[in-house]
Amino acid sequence: MIQAHDLPRLLHGDTGRPLTLAQHEATFPIGARPGGLFEELEASGLTGRGGAAFPTARKVRLLREQRNHHKFVVVNAMEGEPGAHKDQSLLSANPHLVLDGAEYLAAMIGAKNIAVAVARDNPSVVNHVTRALHERERRHDRGAKFELHTPPWRFVAGEESALVHWLDDNESLPQYRPQRPTILRIGHGPVLVDNAETCANVGLIGRYGAAWFRAHGTEQSPGTTLVSVTGAVERPTVAEVPLGTTLREILALADADPNPLALVMGGYGGSWLDGRHLDLPYANEALAPYGVSVGAGIIVVLSRAGCGVVETHRVVRWMANESARQCGPCAFGLPALAEDLGHLAHATRDAAAAYQRLVERAGVIEGRGACRHPDGVVRFVRSALAVFAADFEGHRHGAACAGAQSRRHFAAVPTLEREDELIWE
Amino acid sequence: MGMRRRTGGFVLAVNPIQCDGFGHCTELAPDLVRLDEWGYPIIDKTPVALSNLSALESARLAVRGCPRQALRIERVSDLPEGPAHRT
Repeated sequence: MIQAHDLPRLLHGDTGRPLTLAQHEATFPIGARPGGLFEELEASGLTGRGGAAFPTARKVRLLREQRNHHKFVVVNAMEGEPGAHKDQSLLSANPHLVLDGAEYLAAMIGAKNIAVAVARDNPSVVNHVTRALHERERRHDRGAKFELHTPPWRFVAGEESALVHWLDDNESLPQYRPQRPTILRIGHGPVLVDNAETCANVGLIGRYGAAWFRAHGTEQSPGTTLVSVTGAVERPTVAEVPLGTTLREILALADADPNPLALVMGGYGGSWLDGRHLDLPYANEALAPYGVSVGAGIIVVLSRAGCGVVETHRVVRWMANESARQCGPCAFGLPALAEDLGHLAHATRDAAAAYQRLVERAGVIEGRGACRHPDGVVRFVRSALAVFAADFEGHRHGAACAGAQSRRHFAAVPTLEREDELIWE
Repeated sequence: MGMRRRTGGFVLAVNPIQCDGFGHCTELAPDLVRLDEWGYPIIDKTPVALSNLSALESARLAVRGCPRQALRIERVSDLPEGPAHRT
């Protein structure tokens, strides 16, 4: 068995090919879990790795209390963020660990069905999961039944209510949930949705218990996590680090620019962090005072050759296009933000007025969508206004910074297949 | 409808997916709803006291008058202490 202090855990025994079931069982032997499954999960303090960092045990408890024979576990490996590759890395290294975790979750809530959701745009991962599910089918017949689902990739398609909507009704659109937390349903069956990385951690806790799990990480953020580092880096990397590792150490793993201008933390629904704060520990309790979070485990490095205003514009423009266009404040508000940022990025004559509009509009949009997509964009814009305050000052008075002219970009944004996809322009 | 509780409060809640920005709500409940520049309602999330009968009545009119049936009144059993709520 892997010892508590061994690293990596989730990517243990990664050979570049997915572990077969036999290899997986040899690498991760069933250990001596000290207590009951749910008790150990509760004691582990595991939080969701999909972005919201909600305590997994609280979610499981909510589903355990439901009396229903048609419960589902959904493994969310949709990976909507363009900068994220962690679910892909995990499922390409050891799909069985994720599937084990899903089985533990199903056992805890009494679910008979497990749906694994992987975006169809990622065929190699779909293949790895398909193969792993075949292996399991041949080997044993216990517990819940697995099913693989491959919705098309969109940013909001990985949002949990949109994903459940797809599984229920083939529509990848977020649902309106007046009360939170809400129990999502497929048909009449309550659904537990967990990120693939969360499931893999449950797979480890189910084997080795809470004390083992807590050997890494901080008191409030125990365990290890996968982090995707991209942008101004030599080697874009998915690394497994204990929570609480300093940002500087994480960036070094990807040979990143050691003196960056800023970092995108948590993904495009996350926030900018000033590049001076590299000694902060990578854990939510330490990052919160700076308005950032671990989020979906993404760090994008912006070098001093780039421009924060231009990068923010590119990201927001893309995010606006990824709106499901169900809710007015998101469908109209995000393109308006993108347009204002466009004026600022190019330092046009309208830039000063655009800055005023941007600040006002950012204040109006938040909390008015069915999902958190508009809130994430507003948070991203607000953090940009704070971190790049000096640059915005120059841009709004018609003096774009040097980085804006360099045309080097750092934050990866998928190209739109056709420019007329931008329906508002 | 007939029963009027005088304790607790309510908030007018909009389902943003249903809402198509007709704007009837701001006509019917001008004190509770204002519109953004795109014509979609902005509603204050702090609860209004149920004892404020005129506000409650206008909220009901807005709910009934919404062409998309996107509005509803959510009861909040306990009002927060202090000046946070509106009467």
